[in-house]
Amino acid sequence: MAARIMVNAPASAAKGEVIEIKTMIAHKMETGHRMGTMGQIIPRDIIHRFECRYDGALVFAADLFPAVSANPFITFTTVATKSGKISFKWIDDKGKSSTSSVKIKVT
Amino acid sequence: MIRAGLAAALICTSASAADMPAPKSGLEYVSPETRALQADDFANPGMLWVSGGADLWRAATGTSGKSCQSCHGDAKQSMRGVAARYPLYEPKTKRPIDLQVRINQCRTERQGAKGLGFESEELLSLGAYVAHQSRGLPVKPPQDERLTPFIKNGEKLYFQRMGQIDISCAACHNAHAGQRLSGNLIPQAHPTGYPIYRLEWQSAGSLQRRLRGCMSAVRAEPFAYGAAEMVDLELYLMSRAAGLPIETPGVRP
Ligand code: HEC
Ligand code: HEC
Repeated sequence: MAARIMVNAPASAAKGEVIEIKTMIAHKMETGHRMGTMGQIIPRDIIHRFECRYDGALVFAADLFPAVSANPFITFTTVATKSGKISFKWIDDKGKSSTSSVKIKVT
Repeated sequence: MIRAGLAAALICTSASAADMPAPKSGLEYVSPETRALQADDFANPGMLWVSGGADLWRAATGTSGKSCQSCHGDAKQSMRGVAARYPLYEPKTKRPIDLQVRINQCRTERQGAKGLGFESEELLSLGAYVAHQSRGLPVKPPQDERLTPFIKNGEKLYFQRMGQIDISCAACHNAHAGQRLSGNLIPQAHPTGYPIYRLEWQSAGSLQRRLRGCMSAVRAEPFAYGAAEMVDLELYLMSRAAGLPIETPGVRP
């Protein structure tokens, strides 16, 4: 299955308004500390980096660690400056990068 | 996890159907934080499975080259109320059939695709998407006499002691609902939110996975996924939950 991602952001906002963005991605966030049925370590595979860009400029980023639970839910605020694209990127230990974006109209 | 020692303390309690208070969803026995998580569609992790299911609903696959949507159209209409009345009687097997197996039947017999495994991401996602279309609708078990013997068998299993701890489902869920078992309140065991997102699992899971968890907790050998006993138990649980709203995707600790 394709990456399952949910993003919630306002479709429009007034210039200067503080907007809340909620994001969630399906990811097992395997810690690297668990053992499989044969006693072997299950290799770590977590999303270690999340980035949000507003019209290309980085407005929010987070480094994630093994204590973060599966399917990380990240919510944050930013200021509505101009109409454009808000894009999101999640990068995991296998190098897989998942992306999503929304459009916002600023008046 | 349910602690064995605490479970043992409950053994002496007898339980009968008469002990059962008015039906209350398991949601009423969880913390305010967990309730808030379920209530917010953008924070409820179960919605990841619902949205994945929406994608699968529209994806053509199998030898028919058809998607679920090709035959069923908009799920919002065609699947509304479906989860509220399952399991149904299946004349072909002369047994009840639950929603997961019905979905798999459509995949293999009509779509010409490979059946999906129990607890696979795909089956949970399709199950969550289909059941989500009934959210808010009351559980409405079908009035079908052919189901009666299977409901009776489910009821028998529910009141039967099992496992090394030798305790029945009813001893916890009827006689002690609302009381604490280690960190958790014991719910009345209504299957209204399935597939649920369980924080302990860090994942969505089916009703059968939940039931297997309760069986392991009393150190019983759990019934296999898809076993006749499982479906009979599901059927009986749905009959007890009549009138409660479907919540899928529910969130539980
Ligand atoms: C030792 C007590 C105990 C026994 C025996 C027991 N359960 Fe449970 N059950 C629990 C507890 C505690 C929970 C809630 C745990 C949690 O959510 O963390 C639970 C949860 C459930 C749920 C989930 C309800 C919801 O809101 O989603 C169902 C359904 C259920 N049990 C059915 C059964 C059935 C069927 C049996 C018999 C095969 C059974 N249980 C045996 C203690 C028990
Ligand atoms: C080739 C057409 C076709 C395809 C493709 C198909 N179905 Fe069906 N489905 C049917 C028919 C026909 C029925 C039986 C309707 C009835 O009994 O009223 C049915 C019944 C069902 C039911 C039971 C509905 C009820 O009211 O009891 C469910 C749930 C269902 N399908 C889900 C799915 C899902 C999920 C998919 C995709 C994985 C799918 N179907 C793909 C034709 C199809």
